[in-house]
Amino acid sequence: MSALAVNRIGLAREAYKGGPSTLCAGCGHNSITNHIIKALYDLGVEPHRLAKLSGIGCSSKTPAYFVEQAHGFNGLHGRMPALATGAGLANRELVVLGVSGDGDSASIGLGQFMHLMRRNVDCTYIIEDNGTYGLTKGQFSATADVDSVHKKGAVNHYQPIDPCAVALSVGSTFVARSFSGDGKQLVPLLKAAVAHRGTAVLDIISPCVTFNDHDGSTRSYSWVKDNDEGIHDLSFIPYFEEIRVEYEAGEVKEVDLYDGSTLVLRKLSEDHDPTDRLAAMRLLEESRTRGQLLTGLLYVDEHAEDFATRERLAEQPLRDLGEADLRPAREQFASLMRELM
Amino acid sequence: MDPIVNDLTILAATVNGSGSQSANLVLTRAIFSMGIPVAPKNVFPSNIEGLPTWYDLRVSARGYQARRAQHDLLIARNPQTWTHDLAAVVAGGAVVHDDVFLASGVREDVEYFPVPFGRLGKTRIASDSLRKQLTNMIYVGVVAGLLGIPFDNLVTGIERTLATKPKAWPVNIDAVRVGYGYWEENFSDRPISHVLRPVVGGTDGLILVDGNQAAALGCVMGGCTVAAWYPITPSSSLCESLTGYADRFRTDPETGERRIAIVQAEDELAAAGMAIGAGWAGARAMTATSGPGISLMAEFAGLAYYAEVPVVVFDIQRLGPSTGLPTRTSQGDLGFAYRLGHGDTRHLVLLPGTAEECYEFAQRAFDLADRFQTPVLVLSDLDLGMNLWMSRPFDYPEAPFDRGKVLTVDDLERLEGDWARYRDVDGDGIPYRTWPGTPHPNAGYFTRGSGHDDRARYTESPEAYQANMDRLARKHRGARTAVPGPVTVSGGSALGLIAFGSTHHAVVEARDELAARGLPVDYLRLRALPIAPEVADFVAAHERVYVVEQNRDGQLLEILSEELPAELVARLRSIRHYDGQPIAAAAVAAPLLALEAVCV
Repeated sequence: MSALAVNRIGLAREAYKGGPSTLCAGCGHNSITNHIIKALYDLGVEPHRLAKLSGIGCSSKTPAYFVEQAHGFNGLHGRMPALATGAGLANRELVVLGVSGDGDSASIGLGQFMHLMRRNVDCTYIIEDNGTYGLTKGQFSATADVDSVHKKGAVNHYQPIDPCAVALSVGSTFVARSFSGDGKQLVPLLKAAVAHRGTAVLDIISPCVTFNDHDGSTRSYSWVKDNDEGIHDLSFIPYFEEIRVEYEAGEVKEVDLYDGSTLVLRKLSEDHDPTDRLAAMRLLEESRTRGQLLTGLLYVDEHAEDFATRERLAEQPLRDLGEADLRPAREQFASLMRELM
Repeated sequence: MDPIVNDLTILAATVNGSGSQSANLVLTRAIFSMGIPVAPKNVFPSNIEGLPTWYDLRVSARGYQARRAQHDLLIARNPQTWTHDLAAVVAGGAVVHDDVFLASGVREDVEYFPVPFGRLGKTRIASDSLRKQLTNMIYVGVVAGLLGIPFDNLVTGIERTLATKPKAWPVNIDAVRVGYGYWEENFSDRPISHVLRPVVGGTDGLILVDGNQAAALGCVMGGCTVAAWYPITPSSSLCESLTGYADRFRTDPETGERRIAIVQAEDELAAAGMAIGAGWAGARAMTATSGPGISLMAEFAGLAYYAEVPVVVFDIQRLGPSTGLPTRTSQGDLGFAYRLGHGDTRHLVLLPGTAEECYEFAQRAFDLADRFQTPVLVLSDLDLGMNLWMSRPFDYPEAPFDRGKVLTVDDLERLEGDWARYRDVDGDGIPYRTWPGTPHPNAGYFTRGSGHDDRARYTESPEAYQANMDRLARKHRGARTAVPGPVTVSGGSALGLIAFGSTHHAVVEARDELAARGLPVDYLRLRALPIAPEVADFVAAHERVYVVEQNRDGQLLEILSEELPAELVARLRSIRHYDGQPIAAAAVAAPLLALEAVCV
């Protein structure tokens, strides 16, 4: 009998699984769910510390499909950022992970998405981006490609909103893009995103096999496979693992994350420095004009303070504070009453 | 004729942004320090500078705090509104005005006291930068002379009003003295119809506080740790006061570490969402807004009702619909707030009627939200929230927080995994919950605004849906005896009157007037929704019951008509006031007399 494989906190991979998916067979979102499970397992996140939040749509169903033991909150369309902000303020010990879609983040909740990043709320923010409204049967979303053709023949005439470009423009401290089918790239990015302190945005292109997997869509499997241009080869070394890297001078860059983890970037096609925001913006724009999807870690700032830190919040979860911590003393209260007389 | 003592209403008509607010507060606090009850009301425009603004200062020996529409003394400093303001003065009243306004031939039945404010300001106030503000202090001195306010009380008024700026005391005292001197030289031989005389101990032990400040302090004492808001008149001062209290009471003086998060959100959607996210995670959380914000919060209110997340929402009502009159008062959100959200939604709604209740109900709101795992809306209004009110000092809370049915690790251990988030274990419709972060493998569950069974699993089952909605209705019914109960004053009259919120103060005075005219009226002040069982008893005990409220459509009447037994509904009559001014006693007594004349 072989011993069951466990992670650093003694949990089997099984502990990170959730309920069965009700999404379409072959949906890119299901692959993302599996990559999230692997990342959280590898990191050894304690299931009870995880808070999974989501908006509305196919993507937002997925938190039910991983880490069953964790608390989840499938809230309102486009409003997950607000719920995540509040939950994180109530308890700084939570590992907050938000899952949204392109409808959530690029349309109905674009404002909340931007303000979340602007505040640098400590959370992982995943966009499962398929360019379409799946649950309501395939309308274009705001990330849909211009001139792309709907199943029934309609053409989208409007420029897409690129969540990564938006993220860079509002000073997001962690911006990455990946593809649901690319676990090799995505899992290290997910781990780095969870380890990052602040808002870590991951725009994950995820083909909708039912409504948006046709020729001409940059969110189809075939298109991504042909046009994906990764900017780095990634590996992630959690703080609890010894750092062993095959170091090749000039080709490897290490990014130290706040908790002591290290993200190792090996140069692939572009010599991109992910701490250079301007360069990231330029790369995005260049790849857009070339009709390519740039994936990888576009930008990271490990020095920015996250929201709760900047607000000087107590380390102890606010929700645990009692009367003695929260009510002024009787003398203080009496003195306030005297001032009002 | 002997002057009337300690009973008048002063109207100061000025231009907003000119610094008249400090002058008006000094006058208010000076009179209050004489032991005479005061009730000031700001009638201000939705504007920063240059539009007309009024300050309505009621002085009442009997302590009436409602607005009174007749003005005995006008301070006229706004040429734009001069004619209009003059028309509001009672016959025989006094008018202190800028001497450049033409008084002759306008009204013969009032006493004019022209003051060269411009010249006095230029020649007697040294500071160029403060001249505009300090010129307003001159009228404080003139009025003090006319009414007989001792100079010491004016000094007290200045020190109290500018408590944090002692350096500004001398220049303000000098400016008041300029006005006082002008009165001595020019008007001291002209007594007016009203006079103020100090009352020893008359206001001892009382505080002056606005409802928003009181509610903010209630949030502090009630253990609020997350507050999210978006600026909107007339609720902004609630969260701004809370920020002040947070600096003082929730911040470690050495490390600067804070025991509360106050977030100015990007809009009211986000403000509600942050509070609900925090409530879900176990914090006592709130947001504060007014009508337009409440409209936006409808979406999140429905989620919190259905997913059963505690949150406290303050609605400081202003006059709608839409943008409406943003700086005028109203009770027009009652019906909307009660059912805020689509589908079958019912909330707990608290209706504070005094500043003290703003303080107390804020605390109770957090207990009720935790106990019933649901949104609690606290409906105040602009009049209650932004005006100063006399109040007895607030009590320090003795009771611990009621955090409701929250399962700990020990509880979960004992239950051996046998718990379900939405199961009605105790028969009161209130289930048990766990907070995220509870270190137990059975603690987690999946909260959703979509259909769910008792284990919080997604379901579209008709039976599960209906059972859940019935349980929510049961929970809501159960709250009828847990929310603040009505306050009843009964003297065996056949007539009853039901009111809530700031309408209370007009009712108090109107009942005295009606009793003096031989028409005593019993009174029930409603303090929360859902309506308490006593309301039906009260209606049953009276032949006719007048429901008085500050909205056009009789929203409380509508709720009562729906929730009271049908045979009682025919007894209800309606009195409505909805012009945006705080309701006056006359707006209660006059229609009631008219309607009774038809009845008898």
